[in-house]
Amino acid sequence: MTEKHSFGNEPITCHAFNRDRTQVAISSSSNQVHIYALKGGAWEKVYELNEHASRVTSIDWAAQSNRIVTCAADRNAYVWQRDSAGDWKPTLVILRINRAATCVAWSPDENKFAVGSGARLISVCYFEEQNDWWVSKHIKKPIRSTVTCLAWHPNNVLLAAGSSDFKCRVFSTYIKDIDKKPDATPWGTKMPFAELMLELNTSNDCGGGWVHGVSFSPSGNKLAWVAHDSSISVADPANNPIPVTLNTDFLPFRCVQFVNENSIAVAGFDYCPMLFSCNRGINFVRKLDQSEKKEAGKLRYVVFAVAPRVVVTID
Amino acid sequence: MSKSTLSTQFRKVDVDEYNEDNYTEDVDQTQEDAGPNESEVNSYLMQAKNLDALQVVLKNPPVHSKNQQTKDRALELVIRVLLSFKSSDIEPAVKSLDKDTIDTLMKYIYRGFENPSEKSSAVLLQWHDKASEIGGLGSIIRVLTDRKRV
Repeated sequence: MTEKHSFGNEPITCHAFNRDRTQVAISSSSNQVHIYALKGGAWEKVYELNEHASRVTSIDWAAQSNRIVTCAADRNAYVWQRDSAGDWKPTLVILRINRAATCVAWSPDENKFAVGSGARLISVCYFEEQNDWWVSKHIKKPIRSTVTCLAWHPNNVLLAAGSSDFKCRVFSTYIKDIDKKPDATPWGTKMPFAELMLELNTSNDCGGGWVHGVSFSPSGNKLAWVAHDSSISVADPANNPIPVTLNTDFLPFRCVQFVNENSIAVAGFDYCPMLFSCNRGINFVRKLDQSEKKEAGKLRYVVFAVAPRVVVTID
Repeated sequence: MSKSTLSTQFRKVDVDEYNEDNYTEDVDQTQEDAGPNESEVNSYLMQAKNLDALQVVLKNPPVHSKNQQTKDRALELVIRVLLSFKSSDIEPAVKSLDKDTIDTLMKYIYRGFENPSEKSSAVLLQWHDKASEIGGLGSIIRVLTDRKRV
């Protein structure tokens, strides 16, 4: 059951839903973020977030605390909070990067967020009560090229980052005053800040392509990523030290999401979201869009609601 | 006018070399591929066992080798094998290969396209047609993105 909604004529660069999926923040190749609310089955624009000086590259909406974080090519990020009048008020976050920000994600507990950038580093930001502002800490080594995608592990400490240096890495973002000491995971036991827990190649050896999307499974024990060589890879360090890769027949995928512990949904240049199972090797299950009509535009994101109903954004 | 303003020598300086954060490819020092076994392939061809020749010639592609000659020799060998097939035999031959071998075959086909000879392009196109039916667009994408080149 797919619904199609149109949001203007420009490609949608990025989007984020609120907790109950009644509102969505969208940016369409511009400096502005528009917030739409679902009113009677149709989406109506209710607010405009206008603060960035150049193209907004990524948005994330914190479900519990109802805050929005946006990052843009102007090397800044803003955290937006709703005040008593219902207006969204921005707070600038100094990321200290000298290239554009590419992707942003709130941590599961929403006390931190990570920003990937073209400056080959990840900025992990947390709120410091004393000075009443957001502080950023950098993860630099050994990332060698633009960070293209990020995903948080449910323990709020581990962060997976895909990059255009053909590798997918898992880092620890443990911050002493903010996080509780994390328990041991299949990704490692000692987790000081910026520790590289694991570095994984896309595909085998030094083949591969840019990593476009990365996602942890709901338990955090598996990590899936998709790369530009039309491959899907899944790492399961508890059961197998080497990640499993499937070189698919389709055009490359741009985004990946675990639906449950054993299924992943991917979407990309084939205009169609697809389902793969990752139990015992990665296997194609089916295409999720059964209609024959070709929708225009490549898919960038797949978002899952609580019940496995897929809401797809097509630009 | 002073002559030095006309000098364009500065355009030949590679500024990226001097950037300390420059991305350098991972140098893979481990393997030196020798490429497919020539004598084995030749013997299969003489016995008109094209299918076996194909399997052998696609088995050890010199992807890690830095020696351009090794790669060129391998390419010549592969093209010879591909040209030795009759049109009707191409489809069953492709069907007998596994996924990774089809990717390798695609890489050779595209390299073969780079240097067209009298009738090689037509035959290569037939191979391309059958290989892409099975390998899909993904195999062609991998020709473009895979850094292990034949």
